[in-house]
Amino acid sequence: MTATDSADLVSIPALLARNAREFGDKAAYREKEFGIWQSWTWGETVEQVEALALGLLSLGAEKGDHVAIAGRNRPYLYWAMLAAQSIGAVPVPIYQDAVGDEIAYVLDHCNARFIVAGDQEQVDKILDIRDSLKNLKTIIYLDPRGLRKYDHSILKQYQSLQEEGRAARGHLGDELAKRQAAQSYDDTCVMLYTSGTTGRPKGVVLSNRNVIETSKNSSQFDDLGPGEEVLAYLPMAWVGDYTFSMGQALWTGFCVNCPESAETMMTDLREIGPTYYFAPPRVFENQLTNVMIRMEDAGRLKKWMFDKAMAHAKRVGPALLSGASVGFMDRVKYFLGDIFIYGPLKNTLGLSRVRIGYTAGEAIGPELFDFYRSLGINLKQLYGQTEATVYVTIQPDGEVRADTVGVPAPGVEVRIGDNGEIYYRSPGVFVEYYNNPESTASTKDAEGWVATGDAGFFEEGTGHLRIIDRAKDVGKMADGRLFAPKYVENKLKFYPNILEAVVFGNNRDYCTAFINIDLNAVGNWAERNNIAYGGYQELSQHPKVLDMIQAHIEETNQSIAQDPMLSGCQVRRFLVLHKELDADDGEMTRTRKVRRRTVEDKFDDLIAGLYGGAQFVETTTEVTYEDGRKGSISAKLELRDAALAAEQQVAAQ
Amino acid sequence: MFDQAESFVTADGRTIGAVMMEMKNITLRFGGVVAIKDISFDVREGEIRAIIGPNGAGKSSMLNVISGFYHPQEGEVWYKGARRPEMKPFEVARQGIARTFQNIALFEGMSVLDNVMTGRLNHMKSGILSQAIWYGKAEREETENREVVERVIDFLEIQHIRKTPVSRLPYGLKKRVELARALAADPKILLLDEPMAGMNVEEKEDMSRFILDVNDEFGTTIVLIEHDMGVVMDLSDRVVVMDYGKKIGDGPPDEVRNNQAVIDAYLGVAHD
Repeated sequence: MTATDSADLVSIPALLARNAREFGDKAAYREKEFGIWQSWTWGETVEQVEALALGLLSLGAEKGDHVAIAGRNRPYLYWAMLAAQSIGAVPVPIYQDAVGDEIAYVLDHCNARFIVAGDQEQVDKILDIRDSLKNLKTIIYLDPRGLRKYDHSILKQYQSLQEEGRAARGHLGDELAKRQAAQSYDDTCVMLYTSGTTGRPKGVVLSNRNVIETSKNSSQFDDLGPGEEVLAYLPMAWVGDYTFSMGQALWTGFCVNCPESAETMMTDLREIGPTYYFAPPRVFENQLTNVMIRMEDAGRLKKWMFDKAMAHAKRVGPALLSGASVGFMDRVKYFLGDIFIYGPLKNTLGLSRVRIGYTAGEAIGPELFDFYRSLGINLKQLYGQTEATVYVTIQPDGEVRADTVGVPAPGVEVRIGDNGEIYYRSPGVFVEYYNNPESTASTKDAEGWVATGDAGFFEEGTGHLRIIDRAKDVGKMADGRLFAPKYVENKLKFYPNILEAVVFGNNRDYCTAFINIDLNAVGNWAERNNIAYGGYQELSQHPKVLDMIQAHIEETNQSIAQDPMLSGCQVRRFLVLHKELDADDGEMTRTRKVRRRTVEDKFDDLIAGLYGGAQFVETTTEVTYEDGRKGSISAKLELRDAALAAEQQVAAQ
Repeated sequence: MFDQAESFVTADGRTIGAVMMEMKNITLRFGGVVAIKDISFDVREGEIRAIIGPNGAGKSSMLNVISGFYHPQEGEVWYKGARRPEMKPFEVARQGIARTFQNIALFEGMSVLDNVMTGRLNHMKSGILSQAIWYGKAEREETENREVVERVIDFLEIQHIRKTPVSRLPYGLKKRVELARALAADPKILLLDEPMAGMNVEEKEDMSRFILDVNDEFGTTIVLIEHDMGVVMDLSDRVVVMDYGKKIGDGPPDEVRNNQAVIDAYLGVAHD
């Protein structure tokens, strides 16, 4: 720990004051504007924040008021959060791309009195719903462009408010000092709304204790110091950004860099070269795709070198990174590869200096994960929630794998419920859902344990947590073993030839699966192999296609068998559906998630066939065409058996 | 509404100033072909003035007369209260009149930044020699001009293509870069020759937004030629309608829309 620990660091503004004392001349924030990286030191930041805080006081902001923040990542908006906290108000960052309705709900729910908006776009959205915001006093906007002619009765420009604040320092300075001194460790630090994929968004109240304790623990865990550089480009309303760009940045005093615009993020990443980097899997995936596309266009020599070097990296890179033993020649080869390929490639990606990288949010494909690890980028996974102030589990250096999410983070206790659901308790556990005691009570029990809604288990031996599914989808097989359909389906969908898979087995003796082939991939394969077909239905029942799918399933069974906990989920019988699962038929949601119940009911004859041991089933299915007309298709489906792999004995038994 | 009063404020809160440029009885001939026949109209400070008309009506010729590229055989151009003598285009540009072209005229091999920088050429006074050795005044000037250019780049939201060669850009962005170059010259009057030709609806909306913002933010007077009637009616304060080299209408959009001569010109009526 380079920053001094002190008992009076009980609020984020107190950390800010500490940073100004200890790292006054060190860069705290940077933003690229007008083609140049503009920067502010911790000393300058304090002045900016104070001016805005005084400005808010002059507008009559009270302790406990909610100050909403809407806009892209900019130092000014981070300062707005700090200014709100300085006067005892609560910042509520909201998703900048949220539409009117969602913003209206959030602003109304938290009864926001002040809103700090980034630009005209945000102001317009708020003005549209102004009538429903009874408590709203002032909208403070940053970029004046296009707003000059607006009615300024409730609008105020950010910098001019700061000017007013500076002018009022004489008579409001004492009040500001008094408010700052009055803050305690259990006061609310920030309120973050969950994204609301299930029902209305909920306002998660996090206290100073939650944020500061979590930042302290996680910074120690990864040995973060004031020299780190991060790029703040993920939504400010997301708990991850709040923890990385506010909590940890203020705790350790590192520098937060904001990109020029969303489109320039990749260029800015390269220019900054962050040492600590967070991205969801899709960002890594896009980067990899870009690399691959550009390599396709490269000359033959370059392509040959790339392929050769990457094959070697894939073999020894992850081992080197984890500190495992690697032979001398392999080390020499890797060193050469680093000079010619990996180094320049990392530089192009802007990841040369990354000391610690994290991904989270959704499952990351092992190929993708290994690609970055093999280059020597220390990419790790963590598992967390807004309600936990991010951290539940985290992967320590040297214990990184694609299929686990690591061990409980420092200060976090994790236990697995009887139904497999994951519970945790930590200093980061949220205070409550704002104005929603029922939801608070159903999520957090009296002892402070929080239910995640995810099911998982701790791996024997390593103590790593593995997430298998949403808890409500997880069941038991007839013999009492765990049944996690999503886990198997994800493995199957990893094959390009398989578009969708639905696995059954709850309360049954064994698992079975419906498969949808990917018409593009399999059609392409059929063309290359001179297999004639008339359409999806014919292709799906072609013996060679069934052979191919069977091979995929057997391979998947092998991999599932490696897992003592889930080896019961091997697929014993399967069929390839004669139609594609479709949202028009209600089999999927509009976002292409399978509706398990509907599929079960609709194809009950096929399921009966799978469990009844039939070789063939004749079936007729009603379909809805895109124009709404109904029709039906009949087919004779072949039901096949897949070989099961030998199960590993559970070590503990 | 549009009398000779010094200035007034429109319904949406914009200030329209006094007459800035006046075209008096302009006639332009190419040999025997009369491209423009005895046309007069004025442009007021701070307004958005549209010139519309069917193909071959003489709109681009009119813009070329304003920019000094063509010299009319008859008639006078008055600018800022004085009659403008016959000028070369670069002299006109120095007076604060910048333009974009119907067919994009950028330096394809140069980056966006360099292209926009060329818009500042009229503001650079250091000699070739000092520019070549990058010394003293030249260096200072470049820094100052780069600052102006960066503000334009920020304004038109083209930061992400700053270093991209123009040849690699899609059409819609090229149009925006051209606007950026014209804006970099810090013009009093901006001439836009079909700024939205060939764009899709979304690109048109973006471009309209930028044109309005330029007018609003910098107070730049804008003269534009456009075919999309919806755009013209939404954007402009006053419209000149041309057909076969003659002026057949002049006034606010609503008035022009209902003008019988204009309707005939667009729907096609047999000409004598």
